[in-house]
Amino acid sequence: MTIAVKNPTAAPDIRTPSLVFGLVAVAALLAAPFAFYPVFLMNILCFALFACAFNLLIGYVGLLSFGHAAFFGGAAYFTAHAVKEWGWEPLTGILLGVAGAAGIGLVVGFLAIRRQGIYFSMITLALGQMFAFICLQVPFTHGEDGIQGVPRGRMLGIFDLSEPLTMYYVTLAIFLFGFFAIWRIVNSPFGNILKAIRENENRAVSLGYRVDRYKLGAFVMSAALAGLAGGTKAIIFQFATLTDVQWQMSGEVILMTLLGGIGTMVGPVVGAGLVVTLQHYLAASDFPVTVLIGVIFVICVLVFRKGIVGEILALLNRPSKKV
Amino acid sequence: MTAHAQPILSARGLTMEFRGFAAVKNVTLNVQEGTIHALIGPNGAGKTTVFNLLTKFLTPTRGEITFRGDTITKMAPAEVARLGLVRSFQISAVFPHLTVLDNVRVALQRPSGLATQFWRSSKTLAGLDARAHELIDAVNLSTYAHLPAVELSYGRKRALEIATTLALDPAMLLLDEPMAGMGHEDIGRVSDLIRRIAKDRTVLMVEHNLNVVADLCDRVTVLARGEILAEGTYDEVSQNPAVREAYMGSEHE
Repeated sequence: MTIAVKNPTAAPDIRTPSLVFGLVAVAALLAAPFAFYPVFLMNILCFALFACAFNLLIGYVGLLSFGHAAFFGGAAYFTAHAVKEWGWEPLTGILLGVAGAAGIGLVVGFLAIRRQGIYFSMITLALGQMFAFICLQVPFTHGEDGIQGVPRGRMLGIFDLSEPLTMYYVTLAIFLFGFFAIWRIVNSPFGNILKAIRENENRAVSLGYRVDRYKLGAFVMSAALAGLAGGTKAIIFQFATLTDVQWQMSGEVILMTLLGGIGTMVGPVVGAGLVVTLQHYLAASDFPVTVLIGVIFVICVLVFRKGIVGEILALLNRPSKKV
Repeated sequence: MTAHAQPILSARGLTMEFRGFAAVKNVTLNVQEGTIHALIGPNGAGKTTVFNLLTKFLTPTRGEITFRGDTITKMAPAEVARLGLVRSFQISAVFPHLTVLDNVRVALQRPSGLATQFWRSSKTLAGLDARAHELIDAVNLSTYAHLPAVELSYGRKRALEIATTLALDPAMLLLDEPMAGMGHEDIGRVSDLIRRIAKDRTVLMVEHNLNVVADLCDRVTVLARGEILAEGTYDEVSQNPAVREAYMGSEHE
């Protein structure tokens, strides 16, 4: 039998458009605060990074975590506490949040990766809830009040973050750093093994890969990057509250990623942008935003299962597949 | 064949019980280094269970397994693979959406120490391409190197699986029904391939196609109802009345 062989030189063609698209996107993000309310944009960037971090796990390892709020909200608490109570410089505070989230990720991941599929998700949900309960009980989080009035301060002693534009560009830099970190992880030798494990775990084991360690590594990286988003959010909004550690937050990030497109680099950003924008514009109206988001979710599951970006990519790739 | 050499893989008193049902009962098996050894038997005889036990995808209820003198009874499957005992699966084990080249490269990454770097570009893996292409050539898949594995024919998937396994340069290969579901043309090709790779390795295979077994294998172990029925050369076991009865009996079921 003969099989049509795809032209091997056809593969790099996608790079030039991606690069152009990336540059246009970065330029748009640089110009955005002159057209939109910066806090609204920063909110989108934080959730976009959170969703990208979540997508690293679901999209490239195939693990559905239902406890990612613990890393996002946990980091927000650590950062807020360090900056407000200990007077830490904001970037160091954010890094503490990242380290804290990675630490919690190590514990949750270690316990959860021993199980697969729905059991994995249930364990992450249970541990996430346990963490939310701890946050409600321990004194340093101030229970229902949360940590309020966190000073933005001067980053590295140079950038005055109380200036909205400075805060925005710092947030953008953090987002871009996180986004490219994820891109690098996905397109690295390590990322290659993650994809192999997702494709056929038993085969990866039979080739001598200790798959649990790879999964745990990816889990901790995802948790740390979710923490980067959470810590940054605490500085932007100057507070950390229970909202960010509760299971609804874990659900929201799943929704954002699903809407945008699981396993695509840009999908979670688009999904986060859509959900945050809806929440922003419907917050003032009487229309309950959860109803609309619920309807969109149902439509997504019924009509465009690959998510917005996933469907677009599928459309773009269709003609080349017939070669 | 070196009949008196130390066995490379040896199982003693292997028993596997699933909720009281013994799928494998007191199996003792010695595979001599450098041979092609077949494990045959009617459906449900426990061949695949024995395979899973030997490669540690299952842990035996009782019994002991040694590989090159090391006890591997309690080891994790990935560790056994690292010792050089590598298996294939009954259902073709490839990474379906990776290209043929990437499939082989995944196997090469670990031995080359290029598996855990998450901060480097995957372009660093280009250094493995030469070796990967050599392995792909060896199984006659060069034409398809850039095709996703899922688009290969069944026989070629098997060939790819063997190329991937050989990338680890294992001392011993365990092939679970390498010819299952294969057409004539493919059987010939894979038989040749197995004969070629067995020149400097040991092979243990489960196989239903008795022509293939007669043609390829130095030694045959017959399993029925979880127990060893006979062992010897193909001619010896095929003359064995107990073996004939086991096969005939199973055909009535």
